[in-house]
Amino acid sequence: MIFLKAFVVGGLFCVVAQLLMDLTTHKVTPAHILVGYVVGGVVLSAFGLYQPLIDWAGAGATVPITGFGHLLAQGTIQGVGQKGILGAFSGGLAAAATGITAAVIFGYLAAIFFKPKG
Amino acid sequence: MAQPLEIQKKQYKKLVDEIKPRPPLIRNTLGAFIFGGLIALIGQFLLSFFQGQGLSVNDAGTATSATLIFLAALFTGLGIYDEIAKYGGAGTIVPITGFANSMVSPAMEYRTEGLVLGVGARLFTIAGPVLVFGIFSAWLVALLYYFFR
Amino acid sequence: MAAPKKIGAQTRWFQNPPVILACATIVGEKEGMGPLGHTFDKVIMDSYYHEKSWEKAEQRMLQEAMQMAVERAGLSLKDIDFMLAGDLLNQIISANYTARNLEVPFIGLYGACATLYESMALGAMLIDGGFAEYVLIGASSHYATAERQYRFPVEQGTQRPLYAQWTVTGAAGMVLAQQGAGPVITHATIGKVVDLGQQDPMNMGAAMAPAAADTIMYHFVDTGRTIDYYDLVITGDLGTYGKELAQRILINNGYDITPRFTDCGVLVYAPEQDAHAGGSGCACSAVVTCGYLRQEMQKGNYQHVLGVGTGALLSPCSSLQGENIPGIAHAVVIEAN
Repeated sequence: MIFLKAFVVGGLFCVVAQLLMDLTTHKVTPAHILVGYVVGGVVLSAFGLYQPLIDWAGAGATVPITGFGHLLAQGTIQGVGQKGILGAFSGGLAAAATGITAAVIFGYLAAIFFKPKG
Repeated sequence: MAQPLEIQKKQYKKLVDEIKPRPPLIRNTLGAFIFGGLIALIGQFLLSFFQGQGLSVNDAGTATSATLIFLAALFTGLGIYDEIAKYGGAGTIVPITGFANSMVSPAMEYRTEGLVLGVGARLFTIAGPVLVFGIFSAWLVALLYYFFR
Repeated sequence: MAAPKKIGAQTRWFQNPPVILACATIVGEKEGMGPLGHTFDKVIMDSYYHEKSWEKAEQRMLQEAMQMAVERAGLSLKDIDFMLAGDLLNQIISANYTARNLEVPFIGLYGACATLYESMALGAMLIDGGFAEYVLIGASSHYATAERQYRFPVEQGTQRPLYAQWTVTGAAGMVLAQQGAGPVITHATIGKVVDLGQQDPMNMGAAMAPAAADTIMYHFVDTGRTIDYYDLVITGDLGTYGKELAQRILINNGYDITPRFTDCGVLVYAPEQDAHAGGSGCACSAVVTCGYLRQEMQKGNYQHVLGVGTGALLSPCSSLQGENIPGIAHAVVIEAN
């Protein structure tokens, strides 16, 4: 069941983005979608709406880039809880460290080992 | 061509909108749904697998992200990711794999401009803005939380 | 009279029409597989052309095409008075490095995708003006170098809209001469920059169509000719929808050229090649003019041709700053001899 829910929720996140791109002007690029979704994830998470979605749909909510926003927001909020105002600075990246580091490492390696095909 | 330029521009815009083909909405959204859903499904399989290996929910989640990022970097390097994206559209942009693709693809192409200003700088062409706005908004949320909780 | 070879507002005629002495074309794999594949001199299967970068590959294509054109004309580089060339890369590096290697007096030109036609017009003027006997011209573009400069890296997962065009990978060289055998250039109509407010860098055809229509209309007005004079009006790279737009603007102004109107961008790819609205880039009009068009004229299928190079004058910087994309078009009359 969780697999079906993950598929549907993950798919729906993408459908919304597709409509945002197709129904607006050329000024909405993939970069704008990614930025918008991360900030959207932060906002949803701040209102406590994102965690329930993860509990319900699992990877359907963590795999879209909104899940990255959720990680950042929860990181800073918990950071504030533990360390006060300093936590607002340290918590976000601490929570998202694995993803960012993985992206930098694998991205760098791929760029070194592969040549674009064109 | 005697009309004022502003009127010509308006008329031309109308003509362009009339002739310009509309995006195939049904095909595009269906593609986004299927590919976005499939990537999330693969994520769910990985998540369940890592949890089965005894990892905590959070650790299993980060392990899943790292694995997906690895796969996306590999598929981008092999020149497959952009071929899938033709059909997947937003379905291949929104998942974390799209984030990885947006890092690898410029970095790979700018390899010819050196390791520092080519690869190093271009890894963050799109990832940079994503991190800037993600980090900034999360910081703002925490600040509000600090003052108003 | 101040300018005896000027007729009307924008057109010049040539007293001793310069001859297109020789042409040469090199294209990439996709163009080679297209419907005009057999009209090109050389097809390269490796998009890097054995070089380290795509930029180097483009430069090499341009150089080889230009050298090949000189050889075919039975000349050596020493005979060339001027080289006129350009491309799409920042500061026209493909043309600059080619000129460095060929060691010929060089005038670098930028007319976006209209560069070959701009070069033909200026080359013809240099020859008819008595400033040159032989002028070597050329233009090039490469899908991968243009994509990464103007749009996205090629491996980035993006969906191209249906009205997007595909930059032609290729290069063409042409030798213009005072005398000799071959089709001649009798008139040139230099276009104005026309801006009707288009901003989408994916929709080049719409940005260029008003300029193409404007130049074609001025050509008719200046020369007093009608479409009946020409067997063919061929634009550079308007693509399917840009061609339709130019046609509509011309009809609205009382010029129906539809039955004799085609576009290099429409011809260069087949619909199943996933190029969407057709070809674009400097090489689009260049390789189709120097390959297909020249051969058709040689066979006698066309006698009087109005070739119209079209260019979209955008830069990555102007796009990001929200500027419009103005268009330009230069027309050249080519007559079979």
